[in-house]
Formats: sequence, structure tokens, C-alpha cells
Amino acid sequence: MTASFKTRWTMFVRLFAIQGSWSYELLMGTGIAFCVEPALRELPGGPDGPAYREALARQCRYFNAHPYLASLAVGALARAELDRVPGPTIERFRTALCGPLGSVGDRLIWAGWLPVCSLLALAAFGAGARSGLVIALFLGVYNLGHVALRAWGLRAGMSRGLRVAGALGGPVFRRGPEYIARAGALLAGIALPAALARVIGPGRDMEGLIYGILLVTALGSVTLARLHGRVEGWRASMVVLAAFVLYAVARQHG
Amino acid sequence: MTGETLIDVLPFALLGAVLGVDVVTFPQAMFSRPIVAATVSGALGGHAQYGLLLGATLELIALETLPFGASRYPEWGSASVVGGALMASVSVHGETSGVSAALACSVLAALVTAWVGGWSMVGLRKLNAIWARAAAPALEAGSSRAVVGLQLRGMSADLLRGGLLTAVALLVFRPVVAASVGVWSVDPRLTRALVVGIASTVAVGATWKVFHATTGAIWFFIAGLIGGGALVAMVR
Repeated sequence: MTASFKTRWTMFVRLFAIQGSWSYELLMGTGIAFCVEPALRELPGGPDGPAYREALARQCRYFNAHPYLASLAVGALARAELDRVPGPTIERFRTALCGPLGSVGDRLIWAGWLPVCSLLALAAFGAGARSGLVIALFLGVYNLGHVALRAWGLRAGMSRGLRVAGALGGPVFRRGPEYIARAGALLAGIALPAALARVIGPGRDMEGLIYGILLVTALGSVTLARLHGRVEGWRASMVVLAAFVLYAVARQHG
Repeated sequence: MTGETLIDVLPFALLGAVLGVDVVTFPQAMFSRPIVAATVSGALGGHAQYGLLLGATLELIALETLPFGASRYPEWGSASVVGGALMASVSVHGETSGVSAALACSVLAALVTAWVGGWSMVGLRKLNAIWARAAAPALEAGSSRAVVGLQLRGMSADLLRGGLLTAVALLVFRPVVAASVGVWSVDPRLTRALVVGIASTVAVGATWKVFHATTGAIWFFIAGLIGGGALVAMVR
């Protein structure tokens, strides 16, 4: 049994709010229930029937995954419920989905697609692009991948049901992170000096300063990399910047 | 605190609320990334280009903090709105010569706001857990009303969190940044160099962490550096 177009569309829209009530106890459990719920209305007995209530209660329980790839789980779970798969089987399937959907999504999106799109925007900024273009480039490219992944996940989940694991074996998931990482490394090389130069501003006499910063940056980043896990760069930068601001302000009074 | 100050802060608080919600709750389309949020905030204050300058600097730092699941990370959405608004306010007051000082102070203010914002998100997640616990009997009974109620309550609370954080941060930091810019004593070019040096250091460390495990990534990075150097020479 498959859901109607209207139901699938409602589920797709709800996917964007899947983390609406994210908590340390259920994580995105209630979010999964919120997204699956439109499909459950098509169960025999309708929205107030025992099948609907039993299925909704099951979908409210603990669940964790990458928020974009959770669409695959939403589709597969909705299909399983509509196919009247036994409850204990659905619960086991639900538990089994958490790990892979979390790790694959984190690697592909948070550690791949997002930094690549950020670096692309920074490269455009460094090349002198105006603010509107930088924003449009970042949001356009990022959300092309983001929305496509959510839509694909829901569709693949709905069509495959309990056999959804095979969808994660596609080339995008197997080789994608590797290609994205290489593109990211290339873009990082382009974006960092270009963005740095634009923030400093124009001036023929600035070359020495830029090389000096590059040297400090190289030394600083090697130190940060060696301290990996012990020091967070953003916290360290907050402390250094606070000391600098205090110095710059206090010197005037000194 | 004057009525004018509150009215000034209100549009930024609304923007901070909406972009704060984007970080996790809805729709996670990355409108909340510093390069977007700070630019939009700067534009709202009448100076999109200063917002972009600050946004790019913060984006370099934000490359390090990726929103992995239950981990605690800085909340960049509201923080970038605060930073962009502070940058724009300095220019609005006719102190364009103080842009470098404003950049240093606004980046610092945004980082502090992002830090506090991270804690506020942890608080919200705990609050969501309390609400979910209270609704547990209804959830176990399969009540759609309870599910939808929890979602709406969580999103509304996040909206309120982002708005309040932005408003309070702006009310606190605006006079502090204006005063600091007024007495700034370090050369503007050196100031910018130091700010961007700090941001670049974090960015290089972050990109190394993300990409170093991939075979050949270092060669792609070196090729990029050559291209980046050529781009800088061409633009300058």
C-alpha cells in the first residue's frame, strides 16, 4: 500500500521541522512521529482508529539520525506501517536504522557538503563578489543538495520499505564523501587566501602583512591540529580576541 | 534604556529569532550560517557590505563547528545577526573610519553571543525533554494532538530563545562596541590583520580536520592555494 500524493507532500513539508522538539531523551523521536503521522491517517479505521494510535505511539519513541537522511527512515517506516508489518518487526527495524543514517549523513553533509558550500561562498567573497551573489551562491548550491536529499530519501523510503538499506549502498553514499572532500580541499586552498586578502582590504603595501599572517596562520593551525580534541579553535579565538580588544582599548587610557 | 533603543533592536531581534530557529529546528536550510545571517543583518542596518565582511570572518571560524547531533556547539544564527547589526550601527553613526575596530569588537561580541546561544540551546533541549516526559501518557496512547503540540511548543520556544538572545546581546553590546571603537588605539590595518589571522588559523585547522583523511586531499589543497594566490594577485 502506498500513500496518496497529498499525504506524501504533507510528509515532505513536515520533514523540514523534524527536529522541532529535539530533546536529550527522545532525540528526534517525536519528530519522526510528526512526519509519519499523515501516512498513518490512511490506516484502516482512520485517524482515531486503534491501528493509527498503536502506530503513532510506536513512532514517538527514541530515534536518532542525521536530520536530512531521516527522510529515508520516515518513508520506510510509513511504508512499513501502511503494509501492516508486525509492530515488533517495525521496532527492530527502527532501531537498526539509527546508526547508519546518523553516520552516513554526518559524513556526507556536516563534514562534506556544508563545509564545501561555505568554502565556495568564501571563494566568491574573496574574488570580490557582491553580498547578494555570495548569499545566493551559498544558499542555492547548499539547498540544491539539501532539498534533493530530503526528497530522494522520502521517495526511496516509501518505495523500498523494509528493504531501504540497499539505498544507502548507492555511489553517492559510497564514493560521494571522498569526492566532496577533494573538492573541499581544493576550495579551501582557493578560498582562504582570497577571503583573507579581501578582509584586510586593498593596498600595494600590504603584501608583507599578508605573508606574515599566512605564516602565523600556518603555525597556529598546525598547533590547533596537534591539540585536536583538547582545544576548540573558536573558543581559543574568543580568548585571544578578547585580550586584544582589551589591550586596544586600555592602551588609550594607559 | 530609551524607547528608541528598543525600537531599534526589535527588527534585529525578529531576524535573530527566525535565523536562530533555522540552526536546528526549522528548516535547517543554513540561512543561519554567518556569511548569510550577518550579511542580511548588515543589510537590515543599511550596510550589507559590512555585514558580509563580518559574516565572512565568522564563517571562517564557524567552519570548525559543525552541528553534529547531540554535541554542544555555538549558535551562529542569532550571533551573526548581532554581529552584523553591530557592524552596521557603527557605520550608521558616521564612524566609518572605525570599521576595523568595529570588526574586532563585533566578531568578539558575536563569538560571546554564539557561546551563550549554545548554552541556551542545551537549555531548550532539556525543556523539550521535560515537556515530552509530561506528555508521555498521551504519546503512549498515540495522540496526534500531543505530537503536534510538542513540535509547536518546541519551535515556539526556540523562536523566543533566538529573539531574546539577540535583543539582550544587542542591548548589552551596542554601547560597549560604540565606546570601544571610540577609544581604539591600534592601527586599523594591523587590527584587521590580527582578526583575519585568528579566523584563518581556525579555518585552516578545521579544513585539515575535515579533509586530511582523504587520499590526495593535500595535493588538491596545494593546487587550490596556487589558484587562490593567483586570484589574490589578479584582484589586487
